[in-house]
Amino acid sequence: MSLSTAAYDIALSLPAGVTGLAPANDNPVADFSDTPWWVALIKAVGVFVYLLLSTLLVIWFERRVIGRMQQRPGPNRNGPFGLLQTLADGMKSMLKEDITPANADRIVYTTAPLIAATMAFVSFAIIPLGGTVSIFGHETPLQITDVPVAVLLVLAVASVGVYGIVLAGWSSGSTYPLLGGLRSTAQVISYEIAMGLSLVAIFLYSGSMSTSQIVAAQSSLWYILPAFFSFAVYVITMVGETNRLPFDLAEGEGELTGGFHTEYSAMRFAMFYLGEYVNMFTVSALATTMFLGGWQAPPFIAAIGDGALNGGWWGLLWFTIKLWMFMFFFVWLRGSLPRVRYDQFMRFGWRFLIPITLAWVVAVAFIRGAQLGFLGQGTFTIGGRELSVATVVIVSIVAVIALAAAWIWDDKRAEREAAAEFNPPEEIDPFEGGFPVPPLPGQRLREPSGLAVGSGAASREPVTSSVTSTLTSSPVKEETHG
Amino acid sequence: MGLEEKLPSGFLLSTVEGLAGYMRKASIWPATFGLACCAIEMMAVGTPDYDIARFGMERFSATPRQADLMIVAGRVSQKMAPVVRQVYDQMPNPKWVISMGVCASSGGMFNNYAIVQGVDHIIPVDIYLPGCPPRPQMLLNAIIELHKQIETSPLGVNREAAARAAEEAALSATPTHQMKGLLA
Ligand code: SF4
Repeated sequence: MSLSTAAYDIALSLPAGVTGLAPANDNPVADFSDTPWWVALIKAVGVFVYLLLSTLLVIWFERRVIGRMQQRPGPNRNGPFGLLQTLADGMKSMLKEDITPANADRIVYTTAPLIAATMAFVSFAIIPLGGTVSIFGHETPLQITDVPVAVLLVLAVASVGVYGIVLAGWSSGSTYPLLGGLRSTAQVISYEIAMGLSLVAIFLYSGSMSTSQIVAAQSSLWYILPAFFSFAVYVITMVGETNRLPFDLAEGEGELTGGFHTEYSAMRFAMFYLGEYVNMFTVSALATTMFLGGWQAPPFIAAIGDGALNGGWWGLLWFTIKLWMFMFFFVWLRGSLPRVRYDQFMRFGWRFLIPITLAWVVAVAFIRGAQLGFLGQGTFTIGGRELSVATVVIVSIVAVIALAAAWIWDDKRAEREAAAEFNPPEEIDPFEGGFPVPPLPGQRLREPSGLAVGSGAASREPVTSSVTSTLTSSPVKEETHG
Repeated sequence: MGLEEKLPSGFLLSTVEGLAGYMRKASIWPATFGLACCAIEMMAVGTPDYDIARFGMERFSATPRQADLMIVAGRVSQKMAPVVRQVYDQMPNPKWVISMGVCASSGGMFNNYAIVQGVDHIIPVDIYLPGCPPRPQMLLNAIIELHKQIETSPLGVNREAAARAAEEAALSATPTHQMKGLLA
């Protein structure tokens, strides 16, 4: 995370220097001065209940939507529309026998699901769910708390949450969970780098790491547009981070039975389940906050009645809608994609996502620098249009780099193609390996030296020579050579 | 968690019984495994035409630790018997077993040395499902029957009483070899 910290320093030093383009400070804009401790407590309980209810709903939602995608009804027997399904699953888990394997490390085995479940909730403390509202006469933002490094907190807590999975795998005392836990470690470590890097672009744009500040900075333009590439990378990494299909390698049923939770039953397993879904909400909430304007209303609705629908409790509605769009996306992915292979997954993370995101961050730094006038304020006019020197310089640098990259890539591809082309020798000896081998198209058979091969060769000779003649005279040969 | 088993008899227990029964029957996760041709019909129950997901049962759990129901789909060979028993032992209580098809129920057409003559030789069975193979609708029917059984199953002291009553009834029933005349 040292890189994001560096970006934080840049963000700190940026605004003080130049123009009024960047926000004047990086402190949270959310004002908690009128928030007594009991209001904070109410908000905390509220968020907890919100997440629990959302989890109950989203599991049902997922099963129904996947059912629809596969042209079947999905759970519809228990309760109206099958809404009680998730509740029943949870209650049943509570009533089941709780098994601890004899080989397990008891203490770690018990704490692991607790870590996984509780850590998932923590990050939500810094997510702004709405604008400033009045709770029992106190004006307070709809957010439990905010700190200048709020987004770093989310990343840090996500990494601690992985301990739940790793420890579960290690302490179960059997092979499949251990493998699942190891996979999960590798997965989260590699994808969190790309995730952190993708967020650096947002820090550069907003000049802050506090979530309320980032939301405020998006009042005119949501960052999904200027930071579209970061958004794409973040969406990919958030799926990897939450162990969801197509990246659910840590619990791949085909290979690892249940993965890290193979030995878990009853309530402890339900906690992993809960943690996984709350985690999905957390990463989606972060995506909403960073890229989709947080709790702010969509532009055309925000315009209604001078922003009457853009703040206060209304924010909660817009936030929830955006959140559920991401949840639907998760379900959609699960309904349409198969699991990727482990090595492909790792290669994609390390050899594609990380380098390309690094390049993107550098580009964003230059663009921001240009916007803030670091490269001079000079302009010149071409065909009646005034262009800033800085923009032209940046665009041309990017163009040159892109050209060079395309050139190198093209060369590499040509090389690879040349290497892949297989040139069979013109003439082969069919009995070279001691066993008769048929010729490839365009190949000629060397006439077997009759005596050496033995009496059988004499009878085979006419056949092989006829093959040779058909091959040499066939048009196929012309084609393959041409 | 076991707490529900220690409640005293009376109003509280019967309320918990009803609630637990409903929750248990509403969420039954079958163990993922099949033994022979019957398993194909069992898989057919997961397809859109029959859709076992309606009962919330599409979550076949790959690990027996999270399974509630074992559908023995197919003949059990002597070699497979210990494995079936192990999977059953690994499932946490409460657990149920459906013996699917005549082979699993009684050995069926395989009256020979290789096949266990009914899976109830090795594990207790709750529902016997006839047919070779039973149609998916029959399996759904068996599941609904099992749901009825689970929903009304007693807990704690009530369960002990029920078990005792069942044993009494079995002891006082006429043994098959003493039955006379047309058996219907
Ligand atoms: S009952 Fe019929 S279908 Fe089922 S396992 Fe036996 S032979 Fe196969």
